[in-house]
Amino acid sequence: MLDQTQSDYALRVKGATKRFGNQLALDDVDFELRSGEVHCLAGENGSGKSTLIKLISGAYSADPGTRFDFGDGKGRDRMTPTEARELGVHVIWQDLSLFPDLTVAENICFEHFVADALKRYDRGASRALARTALDRLGVPLDVDTHVRDLSIAQRQIVAICRVLTGNPRIVFMDEPTASLTQAETDGLLVIVRKMSAQGISVVFVSHRLAEVLDISERVTVLKDGALVGCFPTEGMTQGELTRLMTGRLLETRVQDKSPQGDVVLRTQGLSRAGEFEDVSITIRKGEVLGLIGLLGAGRTELAQTLFGLSRPDAGRIEIGGESQHFRSNRDAIRKGIAYVSEDRLNLGLIQAQSITDNTAMTVLKSLLRFGFLLTEKAKRRLTQDWIDRLRTKAADIDLPVSALSGGNQQRVVLAKWLATSPDLLILDAPTVGVDVGARAGIFEIIHELAASGMAILLISDEASEVLYNAHRIALMKSGSITDYFDPAAITEKELEAIVNA
Amino acid sequence: MRRFLFTALQPMESKIALLLVAIMIGLSVATDTFLTMQNLFDLINNNSVNLIFALGLLVVLVFGGIDISFAVAASVVQYVVVLLLMQFGGGNWISGLVLSIGVGAALGGINAFFIHRFRIISIIITIATFNIFFGLLMYFSAGRSIYMLPEWLSARIILLRFDTAQGFATLYLPALVMALVALATWLLLHGSGLGRQIVGYGSNPEAARRSGVNVGLLHFLVYGWLGACAGIAGLMQVNIVQEVVPNALYGRELDVLAAVVLGGAMLGGGRGSVLGAVLGVILLAVVQNGLNLLGVSPYAYKAIVGMIILAAISTTNLFSAREVRRAGASPRGAAS
Repeated sequence: MLDQTQSDYALRVKGATKRFGNQLALDDVDFELRSGEVHCLAGENGSGKSTLIKLISGAYSADPGTRFDFGDGKGRDRMTPTEARELGVHVIWQDLSLFPDLTVAENICFEHFVADALKRYDRGASRALARTALDRLGVPLDVDTHVRDLSIAQRQIVAICRVLTGNPRIVFMDEPTASLTQAETDGLLVIVRKMSAQGISVVFVSHRLAEVLDISERVTVLKDGALVGCFPTEGMTQGELTRLMTGRLLETRVQDKSPQGDVVLRTQGLSRAGEFEDVSITIRKGEVLGLIGLLGAGRTELAQTLFGLSRPDAGRIEIGGESQHFRSNRDAIRKGIAYVSEDRLNLGLIQAQSITDNTAMTVLKSLLRFGFLLTEKAKRRLTQDWIDRLRTKAADIDLPVSALSGGNQQRVVLAKWLATSPDLLILDAPTVGVDVGARAGIFEIIHELAASGMAILLISDEASEVLYNAHRIALMKSGSITDYFDPAAITEKELEAIVNA
Repeated sequence: MRRFLFTALQPMESKIALLLVAIMIGLSVATDTFLTMQNLFDLINNNSVNLIFALGLLVVLVFGGIDISFAVAASVVQYVVVLLLMQFGGGNWISGLVLSIGVGAALGGINAFFIHRFRIISIIITIATFNIFFGLLMYFSAGRSIYMLPEWLSARIILLRFDTAQGFATLYLPALVMALVALATWLLLHGSGLGRQIVGYGSNPEAARRSGVNVGLLHFLVYGWLGACAGIAGLMQVNIVQEVVPNALYGRELDVLAAVVLGGAMLGGGRGSVLGAVLGVILLAVVQNGLNLLGVSPYAYKAIVGMIILAAISTTNLFSAREVRRAGASPRGAAS
């Protein structure tokens, strides 16, 4: 029995260690992968997941003491990219590394263009090769479409097909579902199972614990560069996995009854053609209204209209009882509305600028001395204040925002908007790309803000997020609010089923 | 059929082609001189040089770069090649072409070296080399033109000649050379693995690097290709005007750039085609020719060209802005 499992493994890594300067990024980690297994690599940001993948794929050279065994009887101390590729190790990074201006077929066959640069470009052959790969996954996709015209989910499939043409044995997928809707995620999981059935070992890196437990047979948990352990997923709960990753038990408790303060925001019959229709909502002081809906349900569009980025075709927006006609988001900001966009990386922050500059951006006018002089000191005082209040972890407030982890970047976005002291805070998918420990921290902040009297509109597509953090839940489907739920009267599973129905 | 047309022609190309056909029909009706063999042959003769430039520049644009030094580089090639050939007994078409391609590619290689080695954006490097090439040329030539050319170079080679009612309609050698350069550029860009690498790099440089593309070599190939095209164009221009004037091509780079961009090449890289570049040059040439035949002041030409470019580019950008918005419908793709 033991012998049989031994001949079954695709990869065994022993004592994986990697040091950057005097920082130990990975400390004596063992990792085992069976052939055809779906395995999950879990851990918070900075726990060493990416470092481990890069050691295995040869992007980084492992420190002495590391052993790689691919079951071919040859032990290796370190990997090179070429060697990894020859052994069938492929990584699909989150950015997918596709070429938007090439067709699906050309993307899938790109490695051939590199290998046979001087050969004639045989359009027919590359289309046939691409079709074979797509057929293996059972996905119908037009091979002549440009990748720029595909959805993220379709691009993911193209990236997988490109890997399939290289005869893979081990495929790492970095956060493959971060930008997919539930239906698209389900489609991807079907594909992953197909790959596994064809004997390919798939290693999944994901922040979404529900899907981790659903798809994988075993999960290897890393924390602070060290191995916590490798566990079968059968019988494991999300709470337990969270505890393994973060080292603490995160409480999940439904909020108390809605506070009965003054109405901050009221909309009546708000509509915008093709985006949302007849939306009437109210949010009171100190209340968190959870707005749940799938990507494309119109939630972001609604938020943008509330924030003055687009104008409604019909209906009213009232702030504090007064009817509003926002001409731009500057009007909305003046009326005490703040909007934390779901696209933190591009819209929420200026990545190359410092934490200070990003934080001060919304309130530059109020920082001016004598009405025209902007001092560094004023900006720093403001930034330091918010760093302390939101418990942001930043080595230096002059660092560019891009140097921070997802959770801390999100705190900078929050700080930037909280500095405007808004009455209504719109949070659009505030935990995208934020790992599980940091999520809890962000929700802690949200609860504190609500307790201090701020009205909050929390937009999300994850049932657990709104269930445990909102006072009331509104369900949005194809542009309309179709139902309201009391978090105390519904379970996570029920809500999930309703959202995805 | 509809589908075929759409896959065969990019939106910009089909728009330019339609516009071109419309203008040509209009001119044929409005003038009795436009649609004559003589006029059409002259159009091709007069635009062979620009077309050769455009084909070279297209490759650089698709690659995601830009080059504004190629026109003055062509002047350098003319001067150097003619002086060298005169030194060594005059040469012939073969040695002249080989030398022009060699010197042109070397000048392009200088651009490639700085752009790749120091990772400086191409517009800055080529503004610098534009000034260096032109400055050195004017300094060493003292602005003097060369009128004494080797005999083979000053003789015009006739490809086709018809006797028509309006007189002789003649097609000269540069037209054939232009067609060959177009074929070679088409084979490079659309018919080889290398071409897919060039488009791929222009579309997503980091992904190309990760896929194992030899980025340095590609830089030399792309900028060298434009340099070689510039060399050929320079030699053809000497053959047409029968003299070497050091500042004759100065300023041509912007005309060519405008035409190629009009033909659908994107400044960000990744998009552009040989057909589009050719259509772009021809469209502007036909407009100029038409205005000329209609007796419009030549000063109006520049303004009209500017307006055509604005109209064409802004309507295409409308489309791409819409595309961006559509892609932006799921901006979570950018989250990490």
